[in-house]
Order: sequence, then structure tokens, then C-alpha cells
Amino acid sequence: MLWIAIRMLTGDAQKFYGLVFGIAFSTLLITQQLTIFVNLIERGASAVYNVPSADVWVMDPVSRTTDVNFPMPATALDKVRSVPGVEWAVPHLRAGASVRTGDGDLEGVSVIGVDDATLIGMPRRMAAGSTDVLSRPDSVIIDDVGTTRMFEGGQDPIGQRLELNDQRAVIRGVADAIPSFTSQVTLYTKYSNALNYVPGTRNRMSFVLVGSADGIAPEVLTQRIEEETGLRARTRDQFARDGVDFIIQNTGIPLNFGITVLLGFIVGVAIVGLTFSLFIRDNIKQFGALKAIGVTNSKIRGMVAAQAGLVGLIGYGLGVLGTVGFIWGFSSNPTFKGFYIPWQVPLISLGAVTVILALTGWLALRNVLKTEPAAVFR
Amino acid sequence: MSTGPAPEHEAIAAISTRGVTRDFKAGQQTITVLHGIDLDIRAGELTYLVGESGSGKTTLISIMCGILWPTQGEVKVFGTDIYSLTDTNLVEFRLQNIGFIFQQYNLIPSIDAASNAAVPLIAQGMDRLEARERAVAMMEKLNIGDQVDKLPNQLSGGQQQRVAISRALVHEPRLVVCDEPTAALDAGSGRRVMDLLRDVAVAEDRACIIVTHDNRVFDLADRILVLEDGKITHDGTDMPEDH
Repeated sequence: MLWIAIRMLTGDAQKFYGLVFGIAFSTLLITQQLTIFVNLIERGASAVYNVPSADVWVMDPVSRTTDVNFPMPATALDKVRSVPGVEWAVPHLRAGASVRTGDGDLEGVSVIGVDDATLIGMPRRMAAGSTDVLSRPDSVIIDDVGTTRMFEGGQDPIGQRLELNDQRAVIRGVADAIPSFTSQVTLYTKYSNALNYVPGTRNRMSFVLVGSADGIAPEVLTQRIEEETGLRARTRDQFARDGVDFIIQNTGIPLNFGITVLLGFIVGVAIVGLTFSLFIRDNIKQFGALKAIGVTNSKIRGMVAAQAGLVGLIGYGLGVLGTVGFIWGFSSNPTFKGFYIPWQVPLISLGAVTVILALTGWLALRNVLKTEPAAVFR
Repeated sequence: MSTGPAPEHEAIAAISTRGVTRDFKAGQQTITVLHGIDLDIRAGELTYLVGESGSGKTTLISIMCGILWPTQGEVKVFGTDIYSLTDTNLVEFRLQNIGFIFQQYNLIPSIDAASNAAVPLIAQGMDRLEARERAVAMMEKLNIGDQVDKLPNQLSGGQQQRVAISRALVHEPRLVVCDEPTAALDAGSGRRVMDLLRDVAVAEDRACIIVTHDNRVFDLADRILVLEDGKITHDGTDMPEDH
């Protein structure tokens, strides 16, 4: 009977494709929007993930994220270094600045000061050049996404001179970095240079990056640092999570994406529900005849479930493939750099598709089950 | 009312109804469509159930084949009191013992003629290809062996009705129930379909009951039952003069 059910469905090409389209569109919308949402809010943690060597981030107690920070006095570095279990501790500066580009445009940038001696604070990989160039005067390294914003014509950024907060800076390398939430241009330079580029208050140090000694868990070390220095200390994962939470709590992004995902679900229910109901209505005589002949309600349920399952399988597959195609198609676009589909997202979509099909299938099935076999004689 | 003219051979009681009444609710009103029908349908006969629209013939035939519960009364099909069966057993009983021919054929439009004819066997759990083979054999018997691969919409009305007859007979049911099988056919096709039903659906151990008001085929019946206002008013081999 399942074969008959499938043939009944596929034989009505218009409704079959309508159902597949409904599920595919719904899956695409849910999967693609959730993927973008997850990747976007993970950008809130990009600054932390760009410094993989730091086990612990130490900051002023009022600082919340890498971008929402309150500078500390230079003495904080010594305090942290004196805490038992700290293998190393280096200063880290993050501040905003303005750059006047070659064609006269103004571009807001993030300036990141990394440790002069060890260059801890730099991303792990370079897209062009080497981190050694920071030893040369006025050197800055730009992030790869930043080059596409600042040099749109495919111009080589290496050797380009910038007017950075009214001071000379020369780009001598390109870092392979995870873009920030706002995809703002980021310039890396030595901590001592950064102090010159970003004049400000007496206290300038944004963070102290810490490596824990062997055998000391970062969680233990954060507690110890907080107790002994009065500063706030977060492990890498905790601080990354703080960045994500900040975006969730302080932007309308979750609501907007949530609405779109909900719309995807509603559109799915509407298209699939309507088409499924029309399909069942068109075939109600055939179902009635089958019931009269002696096909049990449980077999009818199986038939409708098989029809829903087939539509779901094809539609869901197409929707997920569409999302993969989208991510792949835009992978060269800097905005989507590093985007991936978390394994939970297709599972959530599958759950949504299952609910859509179960709901619409149940509604359609009710008409079939309510149909009296005797109706075929009327 | 329970007996008609005796056929030439010894007949077996295929359907036996006793005191069958059926009420329908219409708002506050209760309408009684059948009034205590006592009736025996014999195997080996082509029995027509004739009556005006609203006379209750569709209700009676639905009750006799186990798809509509009577309000009162007892229905036995080949000795089985079908309404004392559980729902599941009743459905199974229909599947094994009753063949249906509907006025509108109710063929599944997206599967070919042979697969349509094979539906009861597939529903019984037979392998699809084996069921199809048996359906093809039945269709050959009904002279539409050359149409097995066609979809219903590629067949004429008469051919579709033959496919429906194949479907009704493929599982060799003991009771064949037909609802206005010639209503959508021209006179010639209608007669051919009735001749065919006589040939294939009537046997000593099988009953065939046909609901019709097609006077073009009345002469082919072994027995004609006339239903008026929910009561059997005539039982004979011919139609009464006043009809």
C-alpha cells in the first residue's frame, strides 16, 4: 500500500512539487537563518578566538567584553604576574581610531596593541607577510577582511601608508583573522606603538593576557587572580561566551532572526498544510474506496505518513543542500568568512520539518479517517 | 418478502437481513430511511435493487456490504453476522469477501490499470508484482488485456468500468456489490458491462447485487427488488408494470 501511496502523491506532480517546495523553502529559511545567526553571534567571541595562546583574560572589574572595556593602570600587569600559577602575563590594548585612506576617506578601525617582545595577541596565522614586520618603524598588520573594506579595487595593501589618528602607519602584513561582529578594520601593532597611535587617558591597558602554569586549570587561576588582585579574570571560553551573550542581550538580532525562523515555520505550515489538504481532498474518493474495499485506518495512516515522509525527505534534503550552497557560494565574501553550519542547526530544521509534516499530515488525515466508507456510494 | 421466484438450481443464501432499520439525524429531526427490511439475497443470482432517488437503496446496499451500521436489525453475509464483528474484523471481512464496483469507478489516477485492479490483493498483503500478474489475468478475461499499462485517464468510460470490475473480482470475493455501474455509460457499453458482470460475477457460490435505475438493462436481471420509501415493494424476475 505504501507504493500506492507514493504513486498517488507523485502522480499529482503539481501538488507533489508544491509540497516539496514548501518543505524545501521552509528548511532553507530555517537552516540558513539559524546558520547566519549562530555564526554572526559567534563573531562576538572572535577577538578572544583570535588569541588562542591566552588561557585567561584579566580586566578591570567593570569590563564586559573585548570591545566594552575599561582601561587599567600599567601596575595591574605586575600584580597579575605575581599571582602563583601565572606562567606569563602580557599587556593587551584594544581601542578605536580613525584612518584617513589614500583616497581621502575616513575609516573607523580597531587598533590592537600586542606584546612587544612575544607578539602574543596576534592571530595564529598570517595571510601575507610575517609578524616579524612589526619590529620595523610605524608597522601595522591589517586583518584580511579589513583589506577588502579599505582597498576595494584589489589593491595590494602591503606597503600602503595610512594616516592613523594623525600619525604615520605603514601596512606591512595581512593577518588571517576571524572578523569582528561589525567586520570593522583591525590594525595590529606592538603595544608600545599602539600607545602612540591611540592617545587617551592615563590608564591605557585594556587587558592582561595570561598563560597558566602547567597543572593549573584556567578556572582555578581565574579565581586566584580575582582574589589576589581584585581584577576580573575570565578563562578563554568564559570570555568568549561573554562576548556572545553581550550581543544576544544588547542587540535585536536574536529577535529578528527568531522572527524569520518563525516565519519560515509558518510559511512551511501554510504551504504544506494547504497543499496537503488539497491533495487529500482531491483523493478523498479514492481513500474512501480503499476504506470500503477493506484497507484499515492504520494502513491509511501509514500511507499518509509515507507520503509525508517522502515529501519531508526530499524537501529537507533540498533545503539543507540549498543552505550548503549558500554558505559555499558566499564563502569568498569577507562578510561570511569562516561561516559553517553547526550540526545542531540541521537537527533543529529536521525537528521543525517533522513538526510541520506531523501537524499538516494529522490535519489532512483527519478528513480521511472521518470519511465514511459508505460515502463512496453517495 | 424474503423469498422470490426460485432459480433453476439450488441457491445458497448469500445475504440475509432481518429487521434492518436505519435512521439519520437531520438537525432536530430523525428520518427513518429503512423500515425493518427482511431480505434474502441468494448466491448464483444477479439481483437488481431498484428505486427512485431517496428510496433508501444506497443505504440498504451500504448496510448489506458492511460499510454502514444499521440502527437496528441483523445482517448476515454467507452466515456471518457482520455487525457483531469488531471494526478490524469487519474491515478484514470486507477485504476477503466483498468486491465493490462504484458508479464513479474511483480508480487511482496515478497508477496504471493493472495496478488499480490489483489493489485488493495488495491490501491483502500479496507481493505487488504477483498481485499485478493476477490482475492482468483478470483483465484479459474481461477483454482489456491490452490496456493494462494505461492510466485511468487514458481509458474510455467502459474500459474504466471494466478495470473497476477487475478490481472487484481479482480477489475472488463471494459477494460483488455494484452501485449504478452503467450510469455513466451509453446504452451499448452499459449492456456489455452487465453481460460481463453476469458472466464473471455470478456463480453458484457467489452473489452479485446491483443498485441501478437504468431501465435499459432490467431484462438482464435474475431478480429485481424495488425499494420505495425504505420498504421493499416488489420482488420478482421482472419490473412491475407501473414502473
